[in-house]
Amino acid sequence: MSSTPRTLLDKIWDAHVVCTPSGELPILYIDRHLVHEVTSAQAFEGLRLAGRRLRRPDKTFATPDHNIPTTDRRLPIADPISKQQIDTLRTNCREFGVRLFDLGDADQGIVHVIGPELGITQPGMTIVCGDSHTATHGALGALAFGIGTSEVEHVLATQTLRQAKPKSLELRVEGGLHPGVTAKDLVLYLIGKLSTEGGTGHVIEYTGPCIRRLGMEERMTVCNMSIEAGARAGMIAPDQVTFDYLRGRDYAPRDFDRAVAEWERFPGDPEAVFDRVEIFQGGDVVPQVTWGTNPAQVVGIDAAVPDPSTFQDPNERDSGSRALDYMGLAGGTKIADIPLDRVFIGSCTNSRIEDLRAAANVVRGYRVATTVHAMVVPGSGRVKRQAEQEGLDRVFRDAGFEWREAGCSMCLGMNPDTLEPGQRCASTSNRNFEGRQGKGGRTHLVSPAMAAAAAVTGHFTDIRHWLYR
Amino acid sequence: MQPFVTHTGIVSPLDRANVDTDQIIPKQFLKRIERTGFGQFLFFDWRFLADGTPNPEFELNRPVVAGASVLLARRNFGCGSSREHAPWALADYGFKVVIAPTFADIFFNNCFQNGMLPIRLTEEDVDELFRRARAAEAGGSPYRLHIDLPNCTVGDDAGFSRTYAVDPFRKRCLLEGLDDIGLSLQHVDTITAWEAAHAVPSVE
Repeated sequence: MSSTPRTLLDKIWDAHVVCTPSGELPILYIDRHLVHEVTSAQAFEGLRLAGRRLRRPDKTFATPDHNIPTTDRRLPIADPISKQQIDTLRTNCREFGVRLFDLGDADQGIVHVIGPELGITQPGMTIVCGDSHTATHGALGALAFGIGTSEVEHVLATQTLRQAKPKSLELRVEGGLHPGVTAKDLVLYLIGKLSTEGGTGHVIEYTGPCIRRLGMEERMTVCNMSIEAGARAGMIAPDQVTFDYLRGRDYAPRDFDRAVAEWERFPGDPEAVFDRVEIFQGGDVVPQVTWGTNPAQVVGIDAAVPDPSTFQDPNERDSGSRALDYMGLAGGTKIADIPLDRVFIGSCTNSRIEDLRAAANVVRGYRVATTVHAMVVPGSGRVKRQAEQEGLDRVFRDAGFEWREAGCSMCLGMNPDTLEPGQRCASTSNRNFEGRQGKGGRTHLVSPAMAAAAAVTGHFTDIRHWLYR
Repeated sequence: MQPFVTHTGIVSPLDRANVDTDQIIPKQFLKRIERTGFGQFLFFDWRFLADGTPNPEFELNRPVVAGASVLLARRNFGCGSSREHAPWALADYGFKVVIAPTFADIFFNNCFQNGMLPIRLTEEDVDELFRRARAAEAGGSPYRLHIDLPNCTVGDDAGFSRTYAVDPFRKRCLLEGLDDIGLSLQHVDTITAWEAAHAVPSVE
């Protein structure tokens, strides 16, 4: 159609604009709508009140993940308000004919883990969910972003969204990552460079040799945290890594080779122009640890907590000193000297099988420090079973970790998995906001390997010098 | 949705950047399945002390801003989680307008869905509004702003006046209190035809 060179974003966008009514925002078609219990009840109720139907139940998939216990699933949910929210999701899915991966379903899990895992997520698609970490699915070359509950209702009713086209931001990462440095460290580093609003109004496309070398699950970790830099979506052009990952998955296209032939046309044209380009070197990245209360407040493991009074920007100075107050830290403290009370390995950022393998490799042959309470929460039922087949659960349990059922758990602490006031946690999740993991809790974001090492030693430890047993 | 045309109200300054939606409405209040009643939990962890009494240190608890309906904030307001409970809580508390230099995208969109107007002004203008609010409050009276959506202006009684940009479609929906699902369903035949022609995403 068009001869102008186009980016991946341009191609997906053009392939989904149904129409642009005069004086209105474009109507964008949505291929996959993922639904969970916390942001959907009011939307289904809105449909019901207006007497509207769910337009495409076949493109809508649901699972409870945010507000569910990760302990014994045979027991009833203790909190009556949580139970009502889960029951409401069940009722809505039954009434409107939505496929629900319910508690007890072998494929239940965090919505952003099961989408790719089941092959529901595919290249070239538009994917939305009432959750800001929907960007995860962009790792497979989809345009995926989080929406509010009113927009959830709009998608339920019309299978479309009103959207202005976002700007494009290329984050090119040259070179490669050093041993011990992971996708999580890379994305934390990039957020630190961009700031928490550097990507606002943009969709990030991660490009360059360093990104190409990442495996599929590592790419998901990178795209997952795009929102922490303010970008609603992050994406990586589909390639052989993507196709190999998807082949044979439950919801993958039956005529897979034909689908691949189409998907291969989505990567951006070589001459395509982005609205903005930033270039980084993978070799500059060391293992990262956040010190503050937003994900851009981050430094390397070999650094010290910064002194905010030296910051140029008055906003950053103010949020920095407020953050240190909340975190109970002083500028100049070496990161490696910070002791931990809790370790959480899980969340839509880092709860997949490769994350658990990385953490288990660190833990194998060691014990969790006596001062630390550590837990592993697999991202899905499938991840959990796979880990158990590989004996990873034994490695974790033998070391003193708790081994839980799949869910969002202590990433946001809506369920009983929370920090106590003042507790300090090394967490593989995505947000270190005040109170995120529990009122008064202090969160440091790290990679799974760094979290595992911290669990063993009781303080942050440079994984590059770890003695693997 | 209630139409939004013009509004005059007391300004409540919140002088901190990167206010995330976890602060606006903490997760323990997301278990409810209604859209209403969230105002009592707005900024819960900042607004209340451990014993449940109002925190006198928190800006919004000062008597001079009682009844405020215009929130004045810093950069990147509403970042983080997509939870629409954040605008629900702000609106239920009584806010009609939020002014900041920048907003997070999802929060910004969510405001319009709830009859609330987010206004972006320059960092300098926001600084100036903080100064004017502080000066008024120092004199014992609250600071008021007039917001006009048809003309896209915001101003006070002492010579401050600025225009702001707002997407024409969002503006029309606010002015007329339109349900955008209803608007989109007017195009249902186009959607149906498009769907029939596009079974799977393909590069055009």
